Amino acid sequence: MKINPKLSQQLSYCILFLVTICAITPVVFIFFLIIKNGVPNLTIKFLTSMTKDGGIFPAIIGTFTIVVCSIIIVFPVGVFAAIYLNEYAKRNLLTRLIKLAIVNLAGIPSVVYGLFGLSIFVMFCKLGVSIISGALTLSIMELPVIITTARNALNNVPYSFREASLALGMSRWQTVKYIVLPNAMPGILTGTILSIARISGETAPILFTAAAFYVPHLPHSIFDQVMTLPYHLYITSTQVPCVSKTILFGTALTLLIIVLTISLFAIIARLYFRRHRKW
Amino acid sequence: MSQIIAKNFNLYYNNFHALKDINVTINEHMITAMIGPSGCGKSSFLRAINRINDTIEGVTTTGQINVLGQDIYNKKVNINALRRNVGMVFQRPNPFPISIYENVAFGLRVNRILTKKNMIDIIVEKSLRDVLLWKDLKDKLKKSALNLTLEQQQRLCIARVLAVEPHIILLDESCSSLDPVAVQRIEELMLKLKDQYTIVMVTHNMQQAARISHDTIFMLSGNLVEFNTTKNIFSKPIKRETQDYISGKYG
Ligand SMILES: Nc1ncnc2c1ncn2[C@@H]1O[C@H](COP(=O)(O)OP(=O)(O)OP(=O)(O)O)[C@@H](O)[C@H]1O
Ligand SMILES: [Mg+2]
Repeated sequence: MKINPKLSQQLSYCILFLVTICAITPVVFIFFLIIKNGVPNLTIKFLTSMTKDGGIFPAIIGTFTIVVCSIIIVFPVGVFAAIYLNEYAKRNLLTRLIKLAIVNLAGIPSVVYGLFGLSIFVMFCKLGVSIISGALTLSIMELPVIITTARNALNNVPYSFREASLALGMSRWQTVKYIVLPNAMPGILTGTILSIARISGETAPILFTAAAFYVPHLPHSIFDQVMTLPYHLYITSTQVPCVSKTILFGTALTLLIIVLTISLFAIIARLYFRRHRKW
Repeated sequence: MSQIIAKNFNLYYNNFHALKDINVTINEHMITAMIGPSGCGKSSFLRAINRINDTIEGVTTTGQINVLGQDIYNKKVNINALRRNVGMVFQRPNPFPISIYENVAFGLRVNRILTKKNMIDIIVEKSLRDVLLWKDLKDKLKKSALNLTLEQQQRLCIARVLAVEPHIILLDESCSSLDPVAVQRIEELMLKLKDQYTIVMVTHNMQQAARISHDTIFMLSGNLVEFNTTKNIFSKPIKRETQDYISGKYG
């Protein structure tokens, strides 16, 4: 049987539309649920008091410092590695192997990174269960993603810009610094935004390396262990009896807001670069 | 005096022998045209003169090219300085995605040739005047270069090259993406510039070569077949292949 083109066109449109709805409904629903149940609990007191007073302040500080530390580590390392691979490396076997390894690293489950961090940073480097161990572990986990997105962004800068710059007598590094990187920045930052979101919500890599079940005080340095939001959420919802639902949703909502706030910086930076560089 | 002298120059893309024993002496303050069928090695030779071929992996060369009295394939040569002396304009206009002003000032600024704002202003104005853009654009210098017409963009690319004060300008089919009126006006510009610069241009358009060049190089499958004044090449070519190409046998 042959369906006429007009009908099949409408049919495919309907199916695609429905699938899209299916895809975003759960997200909208989760958002709605978290906001509806979380907002009533989102009081200043909840956000700023210590755990023993029913607040989540230590966990907020913990998550925030870990995420910021790991971005500070992973962003420059990832971008420089991407620059090396994309702009400098010769196309030989070694480079191909490195690229292959990076792609595969991105597919390793996060709990494996957690165990890796435990054995290398916590035990071997004797950094202990601490912010820095957690941040390093998350950095290692996110490095392949940052490198890959940064390489794509660099690749998207037209070759003719590089050629024009080199032909004007710019060195390779000047070309990267003044032409390639500014134009690739929006793309790199988009990748970073996604990484921040992923890092903030991860529990497994920091489970053994940074997160504590309960710490009565705020961290004094990056060598202290901390409470973190995702882990706190996990603990309170599974291990502690009779915690009110609103506290859980309040914690979840806070996590959501933190992710969005950190991302906002990246979005603003991206807007800035977009406005100034366009082709 | 001659500014570009190639001696037994060969160029390979990995194993592919793209330029075979090129010997030629290109004269100063003239327009030299390079013609020949597609794939004969015109761009390869042009891009050898500012060593921009070096950016392609697998390119090797033998022999010499002397530019301004210096063997540019000598190890001691400062490639960046060479490229400032030998400017290049590409086939498609490729202004940077920044303002018109910044495009022209780019080479000066990045290499700190000039740092004072008013000095840079002077050079930017002079370069834009030289390419006849100043009148139209002097109030839009802060605007993005990408909003210009193709012809304006190509002029801007020429201005960008002029700003770093080269001695030689290489053009690789730089008119091919422009409409006939624009082509004519760029040709007028080139005729004006040749008093100050040595110009080497690749072109597919034989009328163009005949119109504006003084000398012509004819190439065929990696060989330099004939080099002579344009008048001679087009009226009494010595080689059979040149004759065939001029009369359109290669299409
Ligand atoms: N990067 C490269 N790698 C390998 N071979 C190349 C490369 N660039 C050019 N070639 C080859 O070298 C030969 C000469 O190329 P070139 O671009 O110099 O020709 P051309 O005369 O400029 O042609 P056109 O008129 O089409 O621009 C061609 O056969 C081409 O296939
Ligand atoms: Mg060519």
